[in-house]
Amino acid sequence: MHDLLAAFAGGAMIGLAAVILMATHGRIMGVSGIVSQLLPPVAPDWLYRALFVAGVLLAPVVWMLLADRLPTIQLEATLPLILVGGFLVGVGTVFGSGCTSGHGVCGLPRFSPRSIVATCVFMVFAGATVYVLRHVVGGGI
Amino acid sequence: MRHVWALICGLLFSTGLIVSDMVNPASVLGFLDVAGDWDPGLGFVMGGAVLVTFVGYRYVLKRTSPFYAADFQIPVNQMVDVRLVAGAATFGVGWGLVGLCPGPAVTAVAAALLGQAPTQVLAFFIAMLLGFYTARLIKARQLAAV
Repeated sequence: MHDLLAAFAGGAMIGLAAVILMATHGRIMGVSGIVSQLLPPVAPDWLYRALFVAGVLLAPVVWMLLADRLPTIQLEATLPLILVGGFLVGVGTVFGSGCTSGHGVCGLPRFSPRSIVATCVFMVFAGATVYVLRHVVGGGI
Repeated sequence: MRHVWALICGLLFSTGLIVSDMVNPASVLGFLDVAGDWDPGLGFVMGGAVLVTFVGYRYVLKRTSPFYAADFQIPVNQMVDVRLVAGAATFGVGWGLVGLCPGPAVTAVAAALLGQAPTQVLAFFIAMLLGFYTARLIKARQLAAV
């Protein structure tokens, strides 16, 4: 079970990052958009995207230097499901114009109708998928 | 200076994912599994993030422009269309299958390279990039055809 204070504090850090990116670059902090547009055809404003991603990659390194080890990262899905899941996340966030950070963290506080709908839809579909995997097929795949 | 801020944002965002345990798919699935031993963690993460963003955006967007850019690039499209809903649903299924969304996936890639996460994280990331690439190709063709 979660340390809920750490969850809230971590969430606040994520929100602060979104606010700083808006204040300095005038951009929505949407990770699917930031990363996907680093692929060809590469967006003209690739530099801030690349630096943001570099910062994301750097965090575990800094964490390891200060705290010796990262929290456990545990995957339950089998490799075929991991590959299918990754592909669906990639395709879905491009067509859906965002993911948890862009629609959830940045869109909900702006009361964006598209982000509110998208967040509700991906939450419901994610929950339904977990339900089917864990309680219907029971981890059989 | 503007470049340093982009790096700091990524660093802060990713550290938030580690602190809140969102980098751990098992933790995310614990929230999504409402019929199981429900873990409210993700709700608190989202609550903290949305609250800070709500207050912060109110102050920041009062300015006429960002500190290091000509203008704020806020999406103006308000139309809820089939593409948005179908895309969000597709993303939701993928997220539910594994418990990783794009942000934590990048953080987890670095963790895997440090030997602190299963190497299958890299497989997820590559598949996600392939999904990004494929979908952008199709979307560009669709938009060109309109």
